[in-house]
Amino acid sequence: MLKQVEGSHAVAEAVALCRPEVISAYPITPQTHIVEDLGTMVKAGAIENCEFMLVESEFGALSACIGSSAAGARSYTATSSQGMLFMMEAVYNASGMGLPIVMTVGNRAIGAPINIWNDWGDSMSARDGGWLQLFVESNQQAVDVHIQAFRLAEKLSLPVMVCMDGFILTHSYSQVDIPEQAQVDEFLPPFEPRQVLDPASPLSMGAMVGPEAFTEVRFLSHQKQLDALDLIPQQAAEFEAIFGRDSGGLIKEFDSAGAETVVITLGSVVGTMKEVLAGMRDEGHSIGALTIRSFRPFPSAALLEALKDAKRVIVFEKCLAVGMGGIVSMNVRMALKDQPIKVQSVIGGLGGRPITRAGLRRMFEKGLNDQLEEPHFHDIDMSIVERELEREKSQLRSGSIAENVLHDVGVVAAAKTI
Amino acid sequence: MAQIPESQQKVKFYQTGTFTVGNRLLDAEHRNVQATMDRCNSLDSGHRACQGCGEALGARFAIDAAMRASNNQLIAANATGCLEVFTTPYPQTAWSMPWIHSLFGNASAVASGIAAALKAKGREDVRVIAQGGDGGTTDIGFGCLSGTFDRNDDVLYICYNNQAYMNTGVQRSSATPGAARTATTMPVGKNPGNVFGTGKNVPLVAMAHQIPYVATASVHDLHDLEYKVTRAMEVRGARYIEIFVPCPLGWGSKPGDTVKLARLAVESGMYPLFEAEDGEITGVTKIRRHVAVSEYLKLQRRFAHVFKPDNAHQLEQLEAIAERNIRRFDLVSAEGEEE
Ligand SMILES: Cc1ncc(C[n+]2csc(CCOP(=O)(O)OP(=O)(O)O)c2C)c(N)n1
Ligand code: SF4
Ligand SMILES: [Mg+2]
Repeated sequence: MLKQVEGSHAVAEAVALCRPEVISAYPITPQTHIVEDLGTMVKAGAIENCEFMLVESEFGALSACIGSSAAGARSYTATSSQGMLFMMEAVYNASGMGLPIVMTVGNRAIGAPINIWNDWGDSMSARDGGWLQLFVESNQQAVDVHIQAFRLAEKLSLPVMVCMDGFILTHSYSQVDIPEQAQVDEFLPPFEPRQVLDPASPLSMGAMVGPEAFTEVRFLSHQKQLDALDLIPQQAAEFEAIFGRDSGGLIKEFDSAGAETVVITLGSVVGTMKEVLAGMRDEGHSIGALTIRSFRPFPSAALLEALKDAKRVIVFEKCLAVGMGGIVSMNVRMALKDQPIKVQSVIGGLGGRPITRAGLRRMFEKGLNDQLEEPHFHDIDMSIVERELEREKSQLRSGSIAENVLHDVGVVAAAKTI
Repeated sequence: MAQIPESQQKVKFYQTGTFTVGNRLLDAEHRNVQATMDRCNSLDSGHRACQGCGEALGARFAIDAAMRASNNQLIAANATGCLEVFTTPYPQTAWSMPWIHSLFGNASAVASGIAAALKAKGREDVRVIAQGGDGGTTDIGFGCLSGTFDRNDDVLYICYNNQAYMNTGVQRSSATPGAARTATTMPVGKNPGNVFGTGKNVPLVAMAHQIPYVATASVHDLHDLEYKVTRAMEVRGARYIEIFVPCPLGWGSKPGDTVKLARLAVESGMYPLFEAEDGEITGVTKIRRHVAVSEYLKLQRRFAHVFKPDNAHQLEQLEAIAERNIRRFDLVSAEGEEE
């Protein structure tokens, strides 16, 4: 049914349609509305046979899901930013134990400096944590991918994160087609766990493994993720057959086939990019975009295939490996290591900095001429950076970088210039 | 204990040696779970605990009692620590019950999740326990534990208190007593061992959550331990039992003295045994034969330094703690020692 709803609400409805049995909730912006809505639905009786747990922390939230999933219940939670870091030990534990929990990450920057706005620092901090990580471009896709996520997780016996841009998606209202219960039931069978805590057949879960088997155990988790590279597109096709929508899959091409220059990104920013790139194509540039929908497992083969005619790639990413550079670009370079394709890395949108059409256009033009420095910090104000570096050179006790920088921008700086 | 049935009250256990006694003095129905043929051996033999491990003893009695009380419909979540490590080096396991280890600090949250799953599935005949050491309970697992209490989740949490982080080589926890030697509170300097005036009493903290049942127990009185676990299992909601479990390795005591040390801790007033319901104390185990604190301390190398003349003030401080416990919990009856 078509509805004009907030992204978070749409996700809550999608999760409800998946018949979750245990949901744990802890507030952190920008995922909070999702669990609030789910809590209301459980309380109102709109989700049957479901326990809604108000836990004391994100560590507790995911730990509760570890217990409930191990006891054979379809389990869900959501988090963002600091919450992801707070639960990190449990993140690795859930995947190590092969528990098919689904978690929404309302993507948000990680502090310090504390910042509630969107970037992908949180999901990226867990990129090696053994979960599947599916990024979505729109709220419709968020709905569809959550439904696929439960099936994927349970099929693979691995946990899945659905990553959606905080505020940009979680808090925006748009028209979303909310599926019918019967459709979801057809697509998503009841949860049949591979291992379950059951007095009728006792087993010990989570025991100690030494050097004699640890490598093999790890290899198998790697292999399982690689298996998902086949399963994800298969499921997307089955999803399309029932729901009539192309949603999910490993990557999504936006006029990138045959293009000389391909912009690669994740998440919702492709929406703005599409408009800019259409304009540039009209002017005769051979340029298109491609999003990586499955960041873990990383779709190297699909990328190779999609980029077979490309000469140049510009990776645009809202995250940074401090001391190294781009994270997504690192992965893309690895996939393209034997190809004569130039990869340029652009870091942008950190901590919610707006990504404008004009800014993108300027950056793409530089990229087309191979003029982007490595890595390129999109829309950075270097004069502010230099002022701070100057301060640090001239005074020992130069103070808090974050505070100093803020004094140099916005209202404070404006007041000084009057 | 007020709850002990009439018939049983006729039998008094005056234990003077290190052996638990008594089953053969009781009629069959009052014998403990371990004395029955249908005990479950949930924690089976062959595990790798040290000789004389109080934690292994406590766990075996507690879990078998919980198994009997739940009609063998029981799932356990275990924190990281000695109990986890010595029972489950894959592919072996000493647990003949559904058992999960996740992390050091989340046993109660995992158990809460299991309880939620069972509730969602309408399987409330299956009961859930969480268990961990004092470090996993009073320190790193404290937040999750408080959450389980706060929500009054249907979980029995059992803490095996051996008063330090044993599994990592005997470091101080917030359950380590003053003066005790650990690897992080060495007997050096002016006030050797652990400092006084620190630490927390989690049974009292549990009571402050107004949960339906809280108790302390000790491995020297296994009838009482079983009774408390059984009582806890009769109740729904969050319950907490802390079991005093001497650790020969960490305490520097003889393996054969484990039960004796547990008894001396209680009889000296160092470890009060009580029960509480909904935040109110409902029962206290009176001291039968009051012994000097030094009797308890002198069998443990972790307290050896308190007997040096320079450290006499430490011995006095420990004695003062025992006296306060006796006063606070009214451990010695007014008429003198219980006959
Ligand atoms: C997050 C985390 N921090 C530290 C450890 C290391 N660690 C494992 S067991 C343990 C000590 C356990 O002490 P306690 O809970 O008292 O149980 P005991 O071994 O004494 O029975 C420690 C510190 C860990 N496994 N995880
Ligand atoms: S170190 Fe202590 S608690 Fe651990 S197994 Fe040995 S005796 Fe038991
Ligand atoms: Mg301990």
